[in-house]
Amino acid sequence: MKIASRHLVAAFALLGLSGLAAPALAAGGAEHPPAQKWSFSGPFGTFDRAQLQRGFKVYREVCSSCHGLEKISFRNLSQPGGPGFTEGQVKTLAAEYKVKDGPNESGDMFERPGRPADRFPAPFPNAEAAKAANGGAVPPDFSVIAKARTYERGFPMWLIDIFTQYQEQGPDYIVALLNGYEVAPKGVTVEAGLHYNKYFPGNKIAMANPLVAVIDDNGKPNDPGFYTDGTPVTREQVARDLAAFLMWAAEPKLEERKHLGAKVMLWLLLLAGLLYFTKKRIWSRLEGAH
Amino acid sequence: MAEHHSSYVPKTGIERWIDARLPIIRLMHDSAVSYPVPRNLNYFWTFGGILMFMLVAQIVTGIVLVMHYTPHVDFAFASVEHIMRDVNYGWLLRYMHANGASMFFIAVYIHIFRGMYYGSYKAPRELLWILGVVIFLLMMATAFMGYVLPWGQMSFWGATVITNLFSAIPVIGDPIVTWLWGGYSVDNPTLNRFFSLHYLLPFMILGVVVLHVWALHHVGQNNPTGVEVKNVAKDTVPFTPFATVKDLFAMVCFMMVFGWFVFYHPNFLGHADNYIPADPLKTPAHIVPEWYFLPFYGILRAIPDKLGGVVAMFAAIAILAFLPWLDTSKVKSGKYRPTFKIFFWIFVVVSVLLGYTGSQPTDKVVLALGGRTILDMVGFAQILTVMYFAYFVIALPLLGLFEKPKAVPASIADSVLGDAKAAK
Repeated sequence: MKIASRHLVAAFALLGLSGLAAPALAAGGAEHPPAQKWSFSGPFGTFDRAQLQRGFKVYREVCSSCHGLEKISFRNLSQPGGPGFTEGQVKTLAAEYKVKDGPNESGDMFERPGRPADRFPAPFPNAEAAKAANGGAVPPDFSVIAKARTYERGFPMWLIDIFTQYQEQGPDYIVALLNGYEVAPKGVTVEAGLHYNKYFPGNKIAMANPLVAVIDDNGKPNDPGFYTDGTPVTREQVARDLAAFLMWAAEPKLEERKHLGAKVMLWLLLLAGLLYFTKKRIWSRLEGAH
Repeated sequence: MAEHHSSYVPKTGIERWIDARLPIIRLMHDSAVSYPVPRNLNYFWTFGGILMFMLVAQIVTGIVLVMHYTPHVDFAFASVEHIMRDVNYGWLLRYMHANGASMFFIAVYIHIFRGMYYGSYKAPRELLWILGVVIFLLMMATAFMGYVLPWGQMSFWGATVITNLFSAIPVIGDPIVTWLWGGYSVDNPTLNRFFSLHYLLPFMILGVVVLHVWALHHVGQNNPTGVEVKNVAKDTVPFTPFATVKDLFAMVCFMMVFGWFVFYHPNFLGHADNYIPADPLKTPAHIVPEWYFLPFYGILRAIPDKLGGVVAMFAAIAILAFLPWLDTSKVKSGKYRPTFKIFFWIFVVVSVLLGYTGSQPTDKVVLALGGRTILDMVGFAQILTVMYFAYFVIALPLLGLFEKPKAVPASIADSVLGDAKAAK
């Protein structure tokens, strides 16, 4: 009996978790992104406020002309668990944007300065305009992109991931992609308007290397004072900061979730312990109990 | 048990008044307090209670989620993100509901395999078992429609692939698909009816669960020996406090597994593609159903013919309902059936491997020799599909005739006290 139960447990563990392979978004000849170290990984992970602020700067100055952030409001930037801007900073920042509003009393739409409650304005008025400006490809919105990108972990890594809590495929992929632009290998023709990237599925991506706006081809920053907090301006650093910011944008309640999780798990553990001994006590009343 | 008489004695005037008019307290007392359970149940018998907890958790979180969700193709995805960002504890509700579906299936698979190992489907529990199969089917329909609601890429394409299966039915297939969709493709009418049904089906599950529990309390629980209760005083213990405290302990342990995923790995059991809004013009590279459908998806794709695949897939579930008559053995518990045990574990492994084939691209090479493909994923799935059905239609009928079972204990009490003596 005891042995049978143990076998059942092992088999069910296997069965319950069979074939949980992640979708192969980054399949198709692309290399696996190297794993980065993230402050927000693990059960007690939190975002690095300064990193999120730097990442926001990268988004704003490099990405935002093509990629929207339509689910994020300016006010989110000052909420707990986020980049930690002050409400004053957010007000000033929002006012720098022009937001379409209306209709007013005379029935006309009008533009006004942004307010903290506004969402980030979309870079293009509609998908057709986005296509026309980008050679037929619509630049994806960035609100949940860090959770919408992954790569196949393969067996047995996906199984091990359950216990290590590795789940940063998205940010890892973003960092890799931004550092994955290369000269196409011999024999690979890259059509006009496409660019070779060793981490992109299929290797041909419509987006040109966006980080040239910050770092030149020799790896030197265009503006050494890009970061005001003294962080070195390297391609890896810029990519990591952006990826961290996008992870926060995709999962703004990550810190709240992990904090609550610790309390709930501790409480359940205590309850389980008490119930275990209660159960033992009650069952000990029986003759031949086990 | 059929012969179990009510031991409820109303103590107060109010209780006596109610008991004379609607004996509902008596019913609760008889089914949750004095109900006798075999004293030798192991922890695999706690999953019924765990499943009840999961059903209630899904209904409660679901009802609150509906207060904030918008079933419209233009707003569904955004309303889910609104829940994640702007609703108080919305992230917790949504992650509990999404991971809760997976936990529900983990528990139900353990529950089903437990029944298969200990022969819980055999007389007099055939109807109890069949009601369970009905619940399983309803669960699958509910989970499938629930996955469509966030209106991500996998929602849309999963719905397209699965509803298209019905087009395999000759003559009336295409009209049926149009009728299911409410149009000529998966679109807003489809989302709306799936939402409506996703809200309805859990309550149908609840109804069948009531019948399932009723049937269970009428015939009494099976137990690891498979020997029926002979002497209520010696073989059983009252549900409260014995089973109650054991079930609670198991439930809390299960909740820790649930919590692990909800708080620390909330997207592990989902697909990254479902964070991309549905796009009817862009097909994802791999359309993969949720993990709990993978073995059946593997069977579906194993058959080269579309109609054949659909029939095989539904047959794989339907055949469970015939299990009570396919298994010819007089001995219930697998514990005393040495040859059955081997076949049972092969069946478990086959089911897991079928899930694996369902998760992989069909042209993936499984076995190659000298650069020549000997076995691809479809071929592998075909072998496994044959083994899956062979367990039901060949192994189980024949084992009962040819297998020499071990000696079965005379009673539950004998088995428990014998074990205890042997341990000393």
